[in-house]
Amino acid sequence: MTAALEHVFRDQWGYVLAALIGFLGDFDLAEEAAQEAFAIAAERWQRDGAPDNPRAWLMTTARNRATDRIRRDRTLAAKRRLLEVPEATNDDMEEPTFKDERLELVFTCCHPALTTDAQVALTLRTLGGLTTPEIARAFLVSEKTMAQRLVRAKRKIKAAGIPFRVPPDHLLPDRIDAVLAVVYLIFNEGYSAPPERGELVTEALRLGRGLAELMPDEPEVQGLLALMLLLDARREARVRDGELVLLAEQDPAQWDPERIVEGRAALDRALALCGRGPYVVQAAIASLHASEPRDWAQIAALYGELARLTDSRVVELSRAVAIAEARGPEAGLEIVDRLDLGDYRYLHATRGELLRRLGRTAESRAAYERALALAGAGAERRLLERRLAEL
Amino acid sequence: MKYMLLIHQGDTPTPRDPEAWARLSEEEQQAVFRDYQQVSSAPGVTPGGQLDDPATATTVRVQDGRTLTTDGPFVELKEAVGGYLFLEADDLDAAIELAAKIPAARLGGAIEVRPMVG
Repeated sequence: MTAALEHVFRDQWGYVLAALIGFLGDFDLAEEAAQEAFAIAAERWQRDGAPDNPRAWLMTTARNRATDRIRRDRTLAAKRRLLEVPEATNDDMEEPTFKDERLELVFTCCHPALTTDAQVALTLRTLGGLTTPEIARAFLVSEKTMAQRLVRAKRKIKAAGIPFRVPPDHLLPDRIDAVLAVVYLIFNEGYSAPPERGELVTEALRLGRGLAELMPDEPEVQGLLALMLLLDARREARVRDGELVLLAEQDPAQWDPERIVEGRAALDRALALCGRGPYVVQAAIASLHASEPRDWAQIAALYGELARLTDSRVVELSRAVAIAEARGPEAGLEIVDRLDLGDYRYLHATRGELLRRLGRTAESRAAYERALALAGAGAERRLLERRLAEL
Repeated sequence: MKYMLLIHQGDTPTPRDPEAWARLSEEEQQAVFRDYQQVSSAPGVTPGGQLDDPATATTVRVQDGRTLTTDGPFVELKEAVGGYLFLEADDLDAAIELAAKIPAARLGGAIEVRPMVG
């Protein structure tokens, strides 16, 4: 398949599948019909070129396939619903009359009655159009495990009556949080550390952009998109020859200016909507980190706000780092030493760094050694070893 | 959709344990009764019969044709079903909303929402 065609497919998959699920009321049937339609398109479009309205073409073809299948197998539960619908004709091909139901789909996939693992897998499969082997590879589990996870999740949606709809207002804030958590988790899986799994970052950004378009008035949705874009802008710069590069040592020339502009535009939208939630604040911090010279006092203040919102000691540790930059290592260390984060390796790495700056080398060494004892294998460990050797 | 809601009392104070029950203020006790009544009369609800204390349960197994009985519920006392009801609702969200109104859910127990087949 050509790259252009693949691009069209990726863009259309979630839309087509969502509309089919809404129409058929059945995940499996919808998925099969969508797959068939995409397979026919792959063959025909390569030969004859893509139609003017690929989405409508795919939708109509998939719907006809599903209708055929139901006619053949009348025991399927969806048949009653389907047969009430007039059959699609070729005239429909030109008319994009199908409702965009991706939002219904994302809320179904991220329903809190499903495990987080299942939410993530379903979201990537249905909205992202990733194949089961692709998702399995990305999450480092076997194909069989991932396939079972998806089957189980789809069965639960059907059997337990998880609704296919945008939740009513009184449920919406919690459900939006759940959706954003899934997207951010996908992003972090791809972003967190080498080995690089860029396809998950790409997918999270695609989902984030889709949500921002579908929920333009939700500040946290814009905030998450802004945060992901601003972090992703530094993705190239944070790894050099397979090794992690600290923010302070990154080359700003390697940051992606387009991502930064797009991220800041999303952040501006969030702020214009009076967004003050955790994603908006994190995006604001990421935006400040992308400016030279850095406004550490402002960054520290925002971490303070974030710590208040999330009641997180990990955030408090980040605030300590910013305070150390703004007011000196002593002030930072004072906060670090108040934190009850015994086995959290970043606490000890941070202490090591602040003590080094204060010239307390022996204590610094001890702190780095503690961090090292808590670190896993890989790039992070090597970074700590380098720091220790430099003392 | 038809659901069965299984009420697990867990640590929930009930009138069966006067000492625990007395830890609730009179207001809270009234609220428990009122809430159970409201749940029972909510649309779509068919209340289940009242179950006696899980400690009065007998668990029956058959091994090699022999009937074996043990004193107490199949699971731990605290995990035993303390009550149940049936619900006809549009979807899981509606069932979850009703489950959240059952006092045991907020007083140390939990509600299991089980879809019924067909």
